[in-house]
Amino acid sequence: MEHYLSLATKAIFVENMALAFFLGMCSFLAVSKKVETAIGLGIAVIFVLAITTPLNQWLVANFLQEGSFAFIPGGESVNLGFLSYLVLIGTIAATVQVVEMVIDRFLPALYGSLGVFLPLIAVNCAILGGALFMVQRDYDFAEATVFGLGSGIGWFLAIVALAAVRERMKYNDIPAPLRGLGITFITVGLMALGFLSFSGIQL
Amino acid sequence: MSKTREIVLDPLVDNNPIGLQVLGICSALAVTTQMQTAVVMSLAVLFVLVGSNVVVSLLRNQIPGSVRIIAQLTIIASLVMVADQVLKAYLYDISLKLTVFVGLIITNCIIMGRAEAFAMQNKPWPAFLDAVGNSAGYALVLVLVAFFRELFGSGKLFGFTILQSVNEGGWYVPNGFMVMAPAAFILIGCFIWAVRAYRPEQVEEEFHVGALLEPGYEGDLR
Repeated sequence: MEHYLSLATKAIFVENMALAFFLGMCSFLAVSKKVETAIGLGIAVIFVLAITTPLNQWLVANFLQEGSFAFIPGGESVNLGFLSYLVLIGTIAATVQVVEMVIDRFLPALYGSLGVFLPLIAVNCAILGGALFMVQRDYDFAEATVFGLGSGIGWFLAIVALAAVRERMKYNDIPAPLRGLGITFITVGLMALGFLSFSGIQL
Repeated sequence: MSKTREIVLDPLVDNNPIGLQVLGICSALAVTTQMQTAVVMSLAVLFVLVGSNVVVSLLRNQIPGSVRIIAQLTIIASLVMVADQVLKAYLYDISLKLTVFVGLIITNCIIMGRAEAFAMQNKPWPAFLDAVGNSAGYALVLVLVAFFRELFGSGKLFGFTILQSVNEGGWYVPNGFMVMAPAAFILIGCFIWAVRAYRPEQVEEEFHVGALLEPGYEGDLR
């Protein structure tokens, strides 16, 4: 239990997807003008990461290892590991599509607030990044679930915090060339500096 | 001729993918602690972007609109797999340093963005030029950021000592901040500042205090 708790804390704070690994930056910067939309996108990311990371773990562990096809005669030496990128992104794109349809059918209220963000998420680096880190670090199924959920929550916290800061900054007198993207980058830099204070925490 | 020039040179400063289109930032920040990784990453992006733009442009009349995202992702993922295998075979050390960021080229928004915005509507040759221009614009920012981060962070360029650091018996005290994550954000912010000071037409129209005093202002004041 303790192991999972420390894994989750690490994923949320110490190795925050957005502020320590710069993942999902495109939508992080583009969809953080208002807290409301930031919350919508953040929840969608938590949702998709929590589903796709364990799903991908299961696929990679069962089909992409050396000897996964040993049950077929002559399949002992087949190693489809080089296909991992295609499998990961395919799973993510398909999951996003299915999730979108399910929400649309059964939870129309949620779809109203989340729907527009779901297609965006298929190409969000945070989701693929989560899957790739999971593969690289050899997580098992339970670890992958915790890690996916934790990274999602971390990303959610980061984007909501940034949106809140940007809403405040709207009324500041910023030098003209720095307005918009420029100052946002610097703000994120300072936020990342803050999140660095979590580094080195051992649980 | 001038059209060709425009397609290639436009993304360098006037319409830089990172500075103005806000695309492809994820990888731009993480691989810029050293020149070497930045250059290798730029080359990998060049390869994938050129390949995907040309292939998508060749298939643009065959890809049905409803499944185009999946089709483009498949093309891009296949190219990234090739790039990854080549890197692992010939530049193993660097591929270890790049870790997951080679795989993340798949979701690099520059590649999807250019496939969607340019290659789907244009013939292969302009699509090729567009790919070259945009990856050059990407590489420009990457190399520039990496230059400052490696030079001031560890006193080296491409691993060769330029400013001899104190640890090696020299005089330069390395700026530890430069090799940390936040430095990349702040450097890119400053880069955008510089470009927009030079090209004022790129400045975003956001709220500024002066607007309050102008007659006819109808924005919300909360």
